[in-house]
Amino acid sequence: MTPQLESVSKPSKPIKASKLSWLGPGVVLGGLLPLVVMIWDAYSGLLGANPVQRATHQTGLLATILLLASLACTPLRQTLGWTWPARVRKALGLLAFTYAFLHMLIYFVIDHGLSLSVIVEDILKRPFITVGFAAVVLMIPLAITSSKGMVRKLGFVRWQGLHRLVYLAAGLAALHFIWQTKKDLREPLLYAGILGVLLLTRVVWNLRKKKGRPAAAPASRSS
Amino acid sequence: MSHIPPEESSLEPKNEAQTMQRREFLKNAVLTTGTIVGVGGSLSLLTRQASAATPEAALIGGAKRPLGPYDTSEAQTSYQSITTYNNFYEFGTDKAEPAKRAGTLKTRPWTVLLDGEVKKPQRVDIDTLQSWFPLEDRIYRMRCVEGWSMVIPWFGFPLAALVRRMQPTSKAKYIQFTALNDPKQMPGQLEGVLEWPYVEGLRLDEALHPLSFMAVGIGGRLLPNQNGAPLRLVVPWKYGFKGIKSIVRITLTSTMPRTTWALSNPGEYGFYANVNPKVDHPRWSQATERRIGELSRRPTLPFNGYAREVASLYSGMDLRRNF
Ligand code: HEM
Repeated sequence: MTPQLESVSKPSKPIKASKLSWLGPGVVLGGLLPLVVMIWDAYSGLLGANPVQRATHQTGLLATILLLASLACTPLRQTLGWTWPARVRKALGLLAFTYAFLHMLIYFVIDHGLSLSVIVEDILKRPFITVGFAAVVLMIPLAITSSKGMVRKLGFVRWQGLHRLVYLAAGLAALHFIWQTKKDLREPLLYAGILGVLLLTRVVWNLRKKKGRPAAAPASRSS
Repeated sequence: MSHIPPEESSLEPKNEAQTMQRREFLKNAVLTTGTIVGVGGSLSLLTRQASAATPEAALIGGAKRPLGPYDTSEAQTSYQSITTYNNFYEFGTDKAEPAKRAGTLKTRPWTVLLDGEVKKPQRVDIDTLQSWFPLEDRIYRMRCVEGWSMVIPWFGFPLAALVRRMQPTSKAKYIQFTALNDPKQMPGQLEGVLEWPYVEGLRLDEALHPLSFMAVGIGGRLLPNQNGAPLRLVVPWKYGFKGIKSIVRITLTSTMPRTTWALSNPGEYGFYANVNPKVDHPRWSQATERRIGELSRRPTLPFNGYAREVASLYSGMDLRRNF
């Protein structure tokens, strides 16, 4: 497993370590900024007539957008040759998980006062909650194993296999978005469409790679 | 990240390397801040919503009075919330949009066509129609099918008075309401989410029930556009979508009207739409609701708490099937 490991921990085009050192902290703090704004809005009564619902919607949307952003990193490298997004992929994924978890907590704790019977009934009986919950559950092992140490511990192939679950989680999240809508499907379908394009890019890329270069260099395998 | 040079050298950099280091640090600080603002700003732009301002409407109503037999004594929802949190798809599907976009609706001059199974069909000006009846307050609970509720001080007249004035023929069994259909005034109609015009209806005995109400105002003020000016229906024991807004036509019919939400999704919305905590929406529970202004949920009551008054209208009916 060690040879493949090299390919993850070092980017294909070596960049001086200090050159992009601002990117990671910038993305993490920037990703948390909407949370700070939301807390400020809640405090100053700017979340509207139904603040709990507004907070649910905002965290749900943030989770979705950040999840899509984390899934865009690889297609950006494949199509445009950009290598820098891969440096923030982990941060984007963890931010998405943070917002998804908060979103779930708001619903179960504030909305339903942690009533176990309501929570169980919701998860079992309401398809849009079932798939949302499944998406959060799927994201837990990914968040836990997101560190470099974990990649090493699991071995890259196994780690990569595990992290393919993110496609399933994103698909479920898109379904959740569609199913929670009363009527106006334009916004959820837009996000589902973006997810579709991102996944299609990978599929096309992988097919082309298989055909064109049967023995692809290990360096280009980090997906 | 130990980019900060030691104290004494910050006054007078000793060599090239230190100057470079300091420049690098400054550059990083600027780039980090830029990224924070760029990432945080775009995420906020995509997900945060500005709240709409409270409208100013002309006072038409009278002074405070003792509660009437149909009024609830529960705490009233704030005027701000009532007028900025609206489902009025003619102005967009987001609840903040009607308050921001309904300015294009022109509510004067306005006429209402009264026709169908009536002795003499007629078109009447809204101000004339309003002058036919003494206007009164009604403080009602309002329960939305989405699981939230408000307490609203409506101002208007009982629907029964209007129906009687229309002089129904013996064939009249239902009443149908039609809302304005004009995409120039109602830009949301261009978005094709529902079929326009919005149509609602009641059985005639429901319409004659003293709780059924036609509102022209809220809290003694003329209805703000986003609340369905200049004339809207209020049926407090039914889900809020029955309360059709900006009505231009009222028709008595012999057959059950084909109502907008029931047409658009017959598995989820029915003609009756009586508030019923035991019959869940296919995708969410109706057992509880959030009263706007409160954090946690409260149980939903059968017929929205008006069971004593209206349950007898439905005796013998299977309310699970007739949802
Ligand atoms: C147990 C897990 C989850 C629960 C209980 C849950 C619950 C909810 C609820 C109650 C709503 C609002 C429905 C409404 O107001 O009508 C909602 C909306 C939403 N959720 Fe979730 N959700 C979960 C997981 C997720 C996940 C994992 C994602 C994305 C990664 C997500 C993204 C969204 C989005 C985008 C919306 C719509 C926001 C909008 O309309 O602006 N949810 N969710």
